[in-house]
Amino acid sequence: MTAPAIAISGAMPERRRSTGARLSALILPVFTGLAVVYLFLPIAVMIAFSFNDPAGRQNITWQGFTLGNYVDVWGRPDVTGPMVTSLIVAVAATLISTVLGTLIGMALTRYDFRGRNGLNLLIFVPMATPEIIMGASLLSLFVTVGIQRGLLTIVIAHVMFNISYVVVTVRARISGFNRSLEEAAMDLGADEWQTFRRVTFPLIFPGILAAALLAFALSIDDYVITLFVAGRDITFPLWVFGVSRLGVPPEVNVLGTLIFVIALLFIGVQIWAQRRQIMAAPTRLDR
Amino acid sequence: MPRHWRWLVPYLFLIPGGLWLLAFFVVPMLVMASVSLQEGSLGTGYSLTWNFGIYPETIQHWAPQFARSLWYSLVVTALTLAIGYPMAYTIAFRGGRYKNMLLLLVILPFFTAYIIRTLSWKLILADNGVVLGALKDGGILDAGFRLIATPVAVISGLTYNFLPFMVLPLYVALEKVDPKLVEAATDLYASRLHAFLRVTLPLSMPGVFAGSLLTFIPSIGDFINSEILGSRDTTMIGQIIQRLFLNNNAYPEAAALGFTLMAAVLAMIFVYARAVGADELTR
Repeated sequence: MTAPAIAISGAMPERRRSTGARLSALILPVFTGLAVVYLFLPIAVMIAFSFNDPAGRQNITWQGFTLGNYVDVWGRPDVTGPMVTSLIVAVAATLISTVLGTLIGMALTRYDFRGRNGLNLLIFVPMATPEIIMGASLLSLFVTVGIQRGLLTIVIAHVMFNISYVVVTVRARISGFNRSLEEAAMDLGADEWQTFRRVTFPLIFPGILAAALLAFALSIDDYVITLFVAGRDITFPLWVFGVSRLGVPPEVNVLGTLIFVIALLFIGVQIWAQRRQIMAAPTRLDR
Repeated sequence: MPRHWRWLVPYLFLIPGGLWLLAFFVVPMLVMASVSLQEGSLGTGYSLTWNFGIYPETIQHWAPQFARSLWYSLVVTALTLAIGYPMAYTIAFRGGRYKNMLLLLVILPFFTAYIIRTLSWKLILADNGVVLGALKDGGILDAGFRLIATPVAVISGLTYNFLPFMVLPLYVALEKVDPKLVEAATDLYASRLHAFLRVTLPLSMPGVFAGSLLTFIPSIGDFINSEILGSRDTTMIGQIIQRLFLNNNAYPEAAALGFTLMAAVLAMIFVYARAVGADELTR
């Protein structure tokens, strides 16, 4: 009788510790899983209510499933008009800010120069400034100088707040760049332009693409700064906020869902491009 | 390009973007500062009278909203830290080969428009919405219970919207912590908790600072969450600045408030930059 008891009491603390360890090993992943669910909760609600068939203007309670909103949205110029404005702004702002930001990113990673600290600060401060202050100060400028607010001022503002994010993204991707690849190309007789076009650019392209995607996402999403500099032009977020007081029509959820799906596709393409890059890099070295 | 011109190359790269930031970020700040010191009206025009008195006047007048914004942002920063640290820790140390996918999951929701996300929260927190409606029908909550239009709604909206700004810098910092250091500590008879408190936590402090800064600053200036989820009793300083500028055309007063907020933000950034070094800021 005593022998098994001793065996059990000997085994108990051991087993208790292992369940304790197992529990604590579970807590963190479960917590993280719940946090991810929390992050996706509003997205799930948005997608669900894009299929709702509301009785009145208010798309708040679940009435029934319909695909009709996905058809109706294209016949509502009041919804698609601001979306088109947003797309024009986002494309223009992305192109300009990606070029300007990539150039600064290359300067910061590849050269040593006077005024580095000042430049770093000039890049960082806009990212840390509340949007309302950037919007308000741009409005102060445009009012003081007497510039008519509209599409042009929206693009100017969007390029401004995008540049920093492009610089940071491009810089992160170039910092692991192997300069000896360029030197090899030059040794093999390539001139500077050929080296850039055939070696440097393909290698940093995934970083530039990532930066452009981020810029596009920031631009199409912006409400606060745009509100201050828009004048009479209306972007999609401005329009959504405007109608939200009267009740958000399900078409807003439809466009929100579509943007989300398109973003998913873009990220897929980006991951694919990155994979290809990693697979292609050694072969290029071999040649 | 001749060799002695080479030093010019980096400047050619950074001048176009640098000028853009100077013209549309730095100059507007200075213009806003100057507007705050002007007197006049839209009809008669403004003139610079160096009216510094406007600063104590407006700050005093809007002190409750300033204090409320400060209080909300502190709570939001604490909450995002409490939620974000375990998340970043789990992804960095337990993520294995799913690290990148988990990080993507953290960022993914933010590819939906800020306004739409916040409106979604309004739907979730609504008096008879998906959550409260069910709880009230089940008799768990009193019919009069509400979340929307309360500080709880505003703070939870802010916490949600700025959580990734906390998680990402924390992840970057925790990812750099060498697990071997923690192992060495436990080998030297430190308990797991002790090893965390004495090794992992101190090493992740740069991430805690960066994350707190990137959460606190946008929260204190935010006006969307209070506008959509709050009420007149949750008015934040961002809403005041927006209304004074766009509805009341009270430019000097609005500019004074905006510049005060900016000065506070700049002070925080400079302290932070001194702590981590300027080159680390954009890394």
